[in-house]
Amino acid sequence: METFLNIPYSTWWYLVIGAVFTGYAILDGFDLGAGALHLFFKKEESRRIALNAIGPVWDGNEVWLVIGGGALFAGFPIVYATIFSAFYELFMLFLVLLILRAISIEFRSKEKMIWWRKTWDITYSLASAMLALALGLVLGNIIHGVAIGPNYKYEGHLADFFNPFSILISVTTLALFMMHGAIYLVMKTEDRLYAKLTVLTKNSTIFFVMMYALTTIATLLYIPHMAEQYKAYPEMFAIPVISMLALANITRSITKRKYLLAFISSAVVIAMLMVMVAIGLFPNIVISTIDPIYNLTVENSSSSSKSLGIMLIFVLIGVPLVAAYTSFVFYTFRGKVKLDEQSY
Amino acid sequence: MDVEILSRIQFAFTVAFHYIYPPLSIGLGVVMVLMEGMYLRTKDPIYEKMTRFWIKIFALIFGIGVATGIVMEFEFGTNWAAYSRYVGDIFGSALAAEGIFAFALESGFLGILLFGWNRVGPKTHFFATLMVALGSMFSAVWIVVANSWQQTPAGFKIEGEGMHARAVVTDFWQMVFNPSSVDRLTHVLIGAFLAGAFLVLSVNAYYILRNRHVVIAKKAFKIALLVAGISSFAQLLSGHHSADGVAVNQPAKLAAFEGHYDSLAVADLYLFGWVNNSSQKVYGLKIPHGLTFLIHQDFNTPVTGLNAFKSEDRPGAVNFVFQTYHIMVIIGMLLILLSTIAGYYLYKKSLFEQQWLLQIFAWSVFLPQIANQLGWYSAEVGRQPWVVYGLLRTSDALSESVRAEQVWFSLILFTLVYLLLLTLFIYLLNKKIKHGYDEPINQKESIPNYSKRDNPLLDS
Repeated sequence: METFLNIPYSTWWYLVIGAVFTGYAILDGFDLGAGALHLFFKKEESRRIALNAIGPVWDGNEVWLVIGGGALFAGFPIVYATIFSAFYELFMLFLVLLILRAISIEFRSKEKMIWWRKTWDITYSLASAMLALALGLVLGNIIHGVAIGPNYKYEGHLADFFNPFSILISVTTLALFMMHGAIYLVMKTEDRLYAKLTVLTKNSTIFFVMMYALTTIATLLYIPHMAEQYKAYPEMFAIPVISMLALANITRSITKRKYLLAFISSAVVIAMLMVMVAIGLFPNIVISTIDPIYNLTVENSSSSSKSLGIMLIFVLIGVPLVAAYTSFVFYTFRGKVKLDEQSY
Repeated sequence: MDVEILSRIQFAFTVAFHYIYPPLSIGLGVVMVLMEGMYLRTKDPIYEKMTRFWIKIFALIFGIGVATGIVMEFEFGTNWAAYSRYVGDIFGSALAAEGIFAFALESGFLGILLFGWNRVGPKTHFFATLMVALGSMFSAVWIVVANSWQQTPAGFKIEGEGMHARAVVTDFWQMVFNPSSVDRLTHVLIGAFLAGAFLVLSVNAYYILRNRHVVIAKKAFKIALLVAGISSFAQLLSGHHSADGVAVNQPAKLAAFEGHYDSLAVADLYLFGWVNNSSQKVYGLKIPHGLTFLIHQDFNTPVTGLNAFKSEDRPGAVNFVFQTYHIMVIIGMLLILLSTIAGYYLYKKSLFEQQWLLQIFAWSVFLPQIANQLGWYSAEVGRQPWVVYGLLRTSDALSESVRAEQVWFSLILFTLVYLLLLTLFIYLLNKKIKHGYDEPINQKESIPNYSKRDNPLLDS
């Protein structure tokens, strides 16, 4: 196994994938959250502003999912193949929701009929909420463990995905994205919509805090393997502490109306939650609920060192580029949303 | 129906549907760069109107391309788990490169292209257009490299056995530049330029016939005709070169292209025909010894036929491969003919008076689309029964845990959603085309928006 700074390539790639999915959760998180809140806005103009707040960036945000999927395929083909075929129906529904959401955004404002806009508003909002729930359900099942048997074969049933713990993670994810999306929108809006969003921001933050508490208790009680790394390396405890502080800072910043700070804090919360999951799982990626010998680990499911080495070079070249022009796009569209002739 | 055939139908259906869009984006990208480039050079607002209009069409096409493209990335894992494990080391790095280098570029700058007209200067906007066009081409590079590796694997070794066998990269550049990737990439890109150019030709021919936007439409028509003319001739060369490669690397596929069975016989070239796979005969119009000549540059050398391969190692649907291949070639010839005639009348300065020709151009948008689709059918069905030529059979590539009823479920779901998608696409495209370029050019609205940065006096 080749190493860089004494860390094997496969572990580096585990970190890369973790970083990409974290980036995805932070970026698509706010536009999925904004979508889930969409039906709370009643006036046509408010809905258009909310849609245009994510207009120039949602497509770019979704790219992170494509990169994440590609990175998983490239670095851990066995995990990719096993999980995607095991979660067949879930991923197919996920794809359909993704398509429906994309076309709702594209097509909603192309016609003026009330029924047309209403239909797409509902599709957009439900699809956004269900995508958040589906992402949470997948994450929940990964944390919980999956019925992987010999020869990477999935031996469970569709109903197994809907176990109580995964449903809890699913709802927590929705709450997290709603909070994150509300904070993003409040930065982007003015006047009455802004006033309405300040209330939504508070309520969704309360919703998330409650879910976070429940999830923490449930994880400690029912998913003991997630805590083992923390027992072995107590200094890791800094991560949950940072997430708590960031969460506290959200409420503080909201009260002070410093929404950019609140947005950064909620991004930190998302990042810390992802880091906690990554630490809890390591060195496993998928834990088998049948027998630990079927666990898919960073070691036994990765691509060759040669391939990983090439891809790590891609990442070193590519990521600064992506970061540079992503920042450029966000910088170009900074400030409050103003509707003009190019808007949705 | 079993899981194999259902999964193949689903993949074929979703990828064929997806492939309506990326060639249009790639081709339109080139045309848009030329249009906006003309605007930067001449500062003539007519080119700005033109660019704005085609960017809107581009966005519509691109949106559906992205949405249907993610489906492909998921399907490798959901339906073809054994394949994904087998090729992950190789295919995965190409997909990762596509995501990082191409797709992110494209989607990142698209926001500026669409919504940035009033927020960035003309040069930055042009740069964004260029990046989007380049991004869409880079995408094609990595996807075609991955697919070409499946046709002509190179730069790898096989590790492990049975369930655990997998192809591992030994030489990255040999993998990327495998024997067919450059030929096939050229062929795919030119096919895409044709798709984009003929869309622009078709829409503008329609405007000219209807006597709408005549001034803009004529200029746009000429820009697209330039792209179409060069591409249609280049495609002939690229196609010939590509077929030469197939003769060397995938002789069974080449034999299926022409319905050639007997390895000891010289091979004929059919203009059109019908293959009877059981009697191993082709009925149609042929150039005797034509295929032999194209490959060996003489009239006597035999060409490897289908019978040189065991029946389980060669494509079964010979007539399908034959027909798709031949119709593609015929369409390619038609495109050359069309652009040559148009070029001739342009030279004679009477192009836009030829109603009959414009009439044909108005419908011509379907030709490159059909050729692109058929070309892929021919290439992919011609590779069967292999998913990775000579290494992994399609029937060994499936997901072990997926059952037929699950694939039925997703297949029906995709059929419904894609029907909806296609209906909406056609409806909105039609609407945008009917609406046309934004005319008359409103001096008050458009000029200050765009020249603000050049003229501080206008800043308020």
